[in-house]
Amino acid sequence: MNRLVDRRLSGKNRSAVNRQRFLRRFKVQIRKAAAQAVSGRKVADLERGEKISIPSKDLSEPTFHHGPGGRRNIVLPGNREFVSGDRVERPEDGGGNRGSGGSPDGEGMDEFVFELSKEEFMDYFFEDLALPDLVKKQLAAVPEVKKARAGFINQGNPSSLHVVRSMKQAIGRRMAMAAGPREALREAEDALDALEARGLGASPEADELRDEIEALKARIAALPFIDTWDLRYANRIDKPTPSSQAVMFCLLDVSGSMDEDRKNIAKRFFMLLYLFLTKSYERIDVVFIRHHTVAKEVDEEEFFASRESGGTVVSSALELMREIILQRYPSASWNIYAAQASDGDNWESDSPRCRELLLQSILPLTQYFAYVEIEATEPQSLWHEYERVKAANPRFAMQRILTLEDIYPVFRELFRKKAA
Amino acid sequence: MGTDPASTSGARREPLFEGSEWTFELLDRCDREIARVAAHYGLDTYPSQIEVISSEQMIDAYSSVGMPVGYHHWSYGKQFLSTQRSYKRGQMGLAYEIVINSNPCIAYLMEENTMAMQALVIAHAAYGHNSFFKGNYLFRAWTDAEGILDYLVFARNFIAECEQRYGELAVEELLDSCHALMNLGVDRYKRPAKLSMAKEQVRQAEREAYLQSQVNDLWRTLPARPEGERRKTPRRFPSEPQENLLYFIEKNAPRLEPWQREVVRIVRKIAQYFYPQRQTQVMNEGWATFWHYTLLNHLYEEGKLTDGFMMEFLQSHTNVIFQPPFNSRFYSGINPYALGFSMFQDIRRICEQPTDEDRRWFPELAGSDWVKSLDFAMRNFKDESFVAQYLSPRLIRELKLFALVDDDRDDKLEVTAIHDDTGYRTVRQLLADQYNLGNREPNIQVYAVDVFGDRALTLRHFMHDRRPLGDSAPEMLRHVARLWGYAVKIESVDEAGAIRFVTGSDA
Repeated sequence: MNRLVDRRLSGKNRSAVNRQRFLRRFKVQIRKAAAQAVSGRKVADLERGEKISIPSKDLSEPTFHHGPGGRRNIVLPGNREFVSGDRVERPEDGGGNRGSGGSPDGEGMDEFVFELSKEEFMDYFFEDLALPDLVKKQLAAVPEVKKARAGFINQGNPSSLHVVRSMKQAIGRRMAMAAGPREALREAEDALDALEARGLGASPEADELRDEIEALKARIAALPFIDTWDLRYANRIDKPTPSSQAVMFCLLDVSGSMDEDRKNIAKRFFMLLYLFLTKSYERIDVVFIRHHTVAKEVDEEEFFASRESGGTVVSSALELMREIILQRYPSASWNIYAAQASDGDNWESDSPRCRELLLQSILPLTQYFAYVEIEATEPQSLWHEYERVKAANPRFAMQRILTLEDIYPVFRELFRKKAA
Repeated sequence: MGTDPASTSGARREPLFEGSEWTFELLDRCDREIARVAAHYGLDTYPSQIEVISSEQMIDAYSSVGMPVGYHHWSYGKQFLSTQRSYKRGQMGLAYEIVINSNPCIAYLMEENTMAMQALVIAHAAYGHNSFFKGNYLFRAWTDAEGILDYLVFARNFIAECEQRYGELAVEELLDSCHALMNLGVDRYKRPAKLSMAKEQVRQAEREAYLQSQVNDLWRTLPARPEGERRKTPRRFPSEPQENLLYFIEKNAPRLEPWQREVVRIVRKIAQYFYPQRQTQVMNEGWATFWHYTLLNHLYEEGKLTDGFMMEFLQSHTNVIFQPPFNSRFYSGINPYALGFSMFQDIRRICEQPTDEDRRWFPELAGSDWVKSLDFAMRNFKDESFVAQYLSPRLIRELKLFALVDDDRDDKLEVTAIHDDTGYRTVRQLLADQYNLGNREPNIQVYAVDVFGDRALTLRHFMHDRRPLGDSAPEMLRHVARLWGYAVKIESVDEAGAIRFVTGSDA
């Protein structure tokens, strides 16, 4: 006899383990693809899943099979014009008369495509940057929460028992449960009074009524004063508490020596700061400032787009940043962060001016200022001046960077402060 | 084909269901009706267990290549990702059916399907495939429907235990190599049964007695053969070439640990379990399609199914048996559903309404009882022999089959046969060959082990029609070498007997 079984509720995700195995095995390829994807994204657009594609040949499962060559007989359906003995040209693609041409959206058959979830994608991003686990956790976690009251519930732990509410509940329950017997009691008493008024106080009916009255009184008295049903607890829920708003300044040197690779490193640097800010602030503005000899506020596309030739005057960018802060981001209501990336070139006599600008007018307004020097050959004047800034102000961090892993130490101070 | 509802309209009864929503009660009633009709046609099935699952579970079931319980391996994860993706993009209707050759036979129904689809799947899987699993000789000989679920559970637990003991990576590497050799891990013929202890002892005693009777002191006086002559015939190992590579490795690889041998055995057993399915695709799908078509039409004629149902049913039915011509961009080989379905329909036609041509070609079949003839065909053939036996000239004409030869010594392809009097036999034979696994896959055998030297293993590829090995050979040899533990090489032997070294791999 056949059996019908409803399996819909018994576990899905049976393939989760196999999926993880797959990701682990092709870690190198996936990491590469994820890194490319990061480069293609906007600074503020990191936290979502990603479509990853890997060349199929990298993950083929081999078997012994025939190669081209030799003699092969093929039987095909749908003959229209051939008769036996016809000789036809060999088709280009090597014999299979397949209607090739890839899939309609341009994904070739030789790419294996699948989706990474947001969390997995972030993992690869963090891994590239060699973030310590604690920081990863902090970045991946939801923002800090605060307990807030939210009414009353009928289950909870004893410490949150709400006495007044519970007593109120008990009174209500006692009244409701006693309503029937009280009604009956009143009727019985009235009846007894009526009997007594008629002088039949000693009749059997009166005795019966008295017994009934006794029983009803006992029943009312037996009602529990407080019951587990009555207990009410104060309800407290977690409320995320992002602290207001922040603005992040991205300062990038676009002089001739900043090539694509360096810009990609700079981009990761900006992304990481942004990610950190999203965990702490509700609203984040990002201001992009690029500079060579003059500085200019631009949108993100232009920011990473082109290089310009010519010298470098770093102070121009700092000036512009200060102006923007004064005009649009009063430090009373904004938390101000800045990230600056450069290759360290600067016009010799401009560097002391940068130091002054930072110490006098910018650092007092900002929460944190991070500077990275990417693949510079020898530290130059700017670096030395900045070292003096660092010594003078703990809110300034700087680092020379050769690879992606070097980025994190710039933020170490920042993350430590939050973790504490 | 030949369904005429009007003829039975006198006895029209209430249809089983009207709308497209399904309920368990309806499924049950529908299953009972189908069972009744199936019994009428004499279908012999295992009891089936019909499981309703969600689409996510269906994707899971898909990715474990039809094993209801599977051990963990990345390749199933890969399968899962690609299935999930094509499903999400709507490229693939999540089928129809997964059915498992076990007793009870497990068939999955997807909860998103309409009632009509559920009825179709029940008829197709729980009666069509099910009876094929129970009846076909290959399945009877090579699979154990009773024991497979238990064995799969054992396999999963054993492999999970190995992972804990020896590390996931070690197990994964081993499984990779075994999976690569899976197609070479099957027995094509039964091994002789192991002798029982008692029989073995009796034989040994007989041998001893015989040898004793031959002892003759005279023989000792014969001069010993010279050294050189004796060395000319070194003892060969294995004494005969072996075609089951995984079996050979399991029994003979010098350096495998016991748990590794067990894992090799597990993969080999599973390969063996699926071997009949690989050889009976056309028949299996054709049989199931034929029966869902026949059973549901029968119910329709009885008035148990509505016209609306039939429209929906016929639409998916015709989609399934669609065969695009070779020059269409949708062509991807001969559709086993289409070929199998048409062949079984054709056999029924030959039995019921034979033409003169049919009488010439199938004298035994023409006019016989179609239910019996079909049953016989289902039980005693595999794709190769089924096509060779039953493909009729009429069907060749309908499908417009033609044969090409692609020879690397010729700069053009040549059409060798088409659907005409001189071509039928050739087309039929060549199509049958196309389903011969022995032709499709390279014939590779264990040829020799250098027992007294470096223990290197030699494989031989016996070429068929001069077809060489594909470019995966070096990688494959690395897998063999990983299992064997010593160097491995492979040689190709062409039809003239010339031996050519192909590639090798160190341990």
